[in-house]
Amino acid sequence: MAASVERATRASRIAGAVSVVTVLTLGTLPAWADSSTLRLFVEFACLLALAQMWNLLAGYGGLVSVGQQGYLGIGGYALVVLADLGGLDPFACVPIAGLVAALVAVPVSKLVFRLHGGYFAIGTWVVAESFRLIVSNATIVGGGTGTSLTSMREFPKAMRESLTFWIALVVAVGAVAGVYWLLRSRHGLALTAIRDGERAAASQGVNIAATKFWVYLVAAFGCGIVGALYFLMNLRVSPDAAFGVSWTAFVIFIVVIGGIGTIEGPIIGTLLFFVLRETLADFGTWYLIVLGLVAVVVMVRFPRGLWGYVAARFDLHLFPVRRRLADRRT
Amino acid sequence: MSALLATHGLAAFYGDFQALFGIDFAIHAGEAVGIIGANGAGKSTFLKTVTGLLPAAPERIVFDGRPIGGLPAAAIVRRGIAMVPEGRRLFPSLSVEENLLIGGYAKRAGPWTPARVYELFPALRELRALPGNALSGGQQQMVAIGRALLANPRLLICDEISLGLSPLVVQGLYQTLPAMMREGLTVIIVEQDVGLAQRTTSRLYCFQEGRVSLQGASSELTRTAISAAYFGSTAA
Amino acid sequence: MIGWIDTVLQGVMLGGLYALFAMGLALMFGVMRLVNIAHGDFIVLAAFLAIGVALGVQITPALIVLVVLPVMLAVGYGLQRGVLNRTLGKDILPPLLVTFGLSIVIQNVLLEAFSADSRSLSAGGIETQSLRIAGDLAVGWLPLLTLVAALALASGLEWLFGRTRLGRAFRATSDDPEAAALQGIDHRHVYALATAIAFGVVTVAGLFLAMRTTVAPSDGPAYLLYAFEAVIIGGLGSFWGTLVGGLVLGVAQGIGFRFDPGWGILVGHLVFLAVLLVRPQGLFPRTRD
Repeated sequence: MAASVERATRASRIAGAVSVVTVLTLGTLPAWADSSTLRLFVEFACLLALAQMWNLLAGYGGLVSVGQQGYLGIGGYALVVLADLGGLDPFACVPIAGLVAALVAVPVSKLVFRLHGGYFAIGTWVVAESFRLIVSNATIVGGGTGTSLTSMREFPKAMRESLTFWIALVVAVGAVAGVYWLLRSRHGLALTAIRDGERAAASQGVNIAATKFWVYLVAAFGCGIVGALYFLMNLRVSPDAAFGVSWTAFVIFIVVIGGIGTIEGPIIGTLLFFVLRETLADFGTWYLIVLGLVAVVVMVRFPRGLWGYVAARFDLHLFPVRRRLADRRT
Repeated sequence: MSALLATHGLAAFYGDFQALFGIDFAIHAGEAVGIIGANGAGKSTFLKTVTGLLPAAPERIVFDGRPIGGLPAAAIVRRGIAMVPEGRRLFPSLSVEENLLIGGYAKRAGPWTPARVYELFPALRELRALPGNALSGGQQQMVAIGRALLANPRLLICDEISLGLSPLVVQGLYQTLPAMMREGLTVIIVEQDVGLAQRTTSRLYCFQEGRVSLQGASSELTRTAISAAYFGSTAA
Repeated sequence: MIGWIDTVLQGVMLGGLYALFAMGLALMFGVMRLVNIAHGDFIVLAAFLAIGVALGVQITPALIVLVVLPVMLAVGYGLQRGVLNRTLGKDILPPLLVTFGLSIVIQNVLLEAFSADSRSLSAGGIETQSLRIAGDLAVGWLPLLTLVAALALASGLEWLFGRTRLGRAFRATSDDPEAAALQGIDHRHVYALATAIAFGVVTVAGLFLAMRTTVAPSDGPAYLLYAFEAVIIGGLGSFWGTLVGGLVLGVAQGIGFRFDPGWGILVGHLVFLAVLLVRPQGLFPRTRD
């Protein structure tokens, strides 16, 4: 009678196969889809990656940040500075922008980690707002009105769009796969332990401060990349677009309704967000009112979100992170 | 004479985990009844269901002829049950005097006033302005008891008031018990110290793994019987 | 030199308004560890309710208060009892996310009802009147009244918390809700009362805001940030501390504005971050944890 620890479920194996096929199919999109579809996917990828980052921070790390747009903005402006002013290849700037954001996150974390819970959330918001105001006063990048990404003009339109699309695909897959890999690892166990009970985790030797610090850095890195990617597509950057808190508002909606603390949740949430946006686009403020109310109701009645509810009800896990003790009797 | 507080087949759960299995308990007005048992035996769980901190089926707990199972804790205090919780649990943001005053929040009529509490525990008079947690263990215990008395309860529950205190201090505390009961107070005493429980009560219940393993007159129960019930004898 | 004194003076007056913003936030956090992300939006809501009443009926702001205050008190009590109480627990996410959702809803409902225009509340003339202090120094009557209101509320709240039965219940429930229940304190009702009182303060803040400047539906988040900064600068656990925090923030912003209009708010943020770096417990913390 041998017992082993296993992770995959039949559903997850099927989901894995479906994912691979989907990604490969998507890769061919630039060949046959039009510009607006490509743009839509890039936006989707941005929000999906942001949602995974925010979920990693809040759902697993217990750090509710309302200031991730600060790193998104840094990523966007890093792109402008490095590509337009620095002469670097704009596509290559995407990962570099992520690194810049992560670097900024180091001193910022020292500050904001002095706050906890709700005050941590608002503190991160203050930091993001400070970035926005500083950039608004920086005339070299266009101040309050912003500037255009001129270095992209050298590239022909089709090539620009295809490359941006494929980077978006890599970012989306990378965000999901990266978070999945992280959570399956030792560090993921540490995170889950911290989430479930900090003191108990600390007594088991988990270094709480270091773990939170690294999670914060990884999230900043991810948000920085998303910022660069978004403005690679958008071609025009401004402080309000880059550092606006609406980024976090949308991401919160996505993660709350999709399901906090799961990997499937943000995927479902992002899909739902875009479906709602496309169908309710004409209704302006009512669309946002509905979004807000749905978030409130879901948080009160279904705190685990749509996917959380389904997962608990049907014991369904497409991206299984937990380990099960499997009893193998031959 | 019907019981002041009685439980019939009381069960209690922490989520899916069952902690109490069919507890039958009764205490009559004016009695001092003890509950003993090892850690994890279910004593605290029992107290939590009686005081409303844990849910229970309504008819399983009857106080003064009315079912109280499942009522919120604040409502049960208003009915006349007060507890001196394990570990004292004084409020650090309140001074000693304020801790006493908050005991009277439910505004029940009765003989206990802050002045009478200071008569019972004179040592507290000069400590009244200090924050609740700046006192020694014994002094904190006095405040906790005084706080519960100020709720003017009919039934007072003392949950392990000897915990962490020296024998001399414990003796001093229990010496005030008769004075309290003279006012018509009924008392449940939960203790780890079996001898202490036997000396201060007229009847005793022993809990073991969520069940009542022994009950009887405190003076008649033998050490062997108690040991067997306390630890759960494996002998047939 | 006079210019600097004047800047500080005006900053203190502005700080009075920020102190009003901050006190409701501090109250809710003090009693139930709840950070209301929609706090600023409720201030704006109160302001727009007052403006709405004024649009319909020609009455003085003092009378408008009598209409708006009961509404806001009821909203606060109902919100806490009906929605926020269900979110309180070990997890910090639900209350934050619910109040974030409320923030979005309030901003957009106001947008629908009043359009994006900035509006103001007429105070019958005192907005433009000022009190001469010395030479060229003067303070507006309205900002002075705001500061007086902040002082009155700070001392009122300190008295409430320190000397009343309800205040004891607030502190006890904040320390240990379960032990508080054992004293007969129904936390659902006590929390709702705390929020109702906080919303009362919010109403006063909203009214002074609307009389002093123009208000737009999307202004809420900015006021949340100022309220929060004032609380942290002042230190947790004391309403006097919160008052001082508001004054410090007002002065910081005033000095910033004097250098460059684009720098005003940023200097406020930077002072907050500096306090966080150098003295994270705030200037006047009353340690309780």
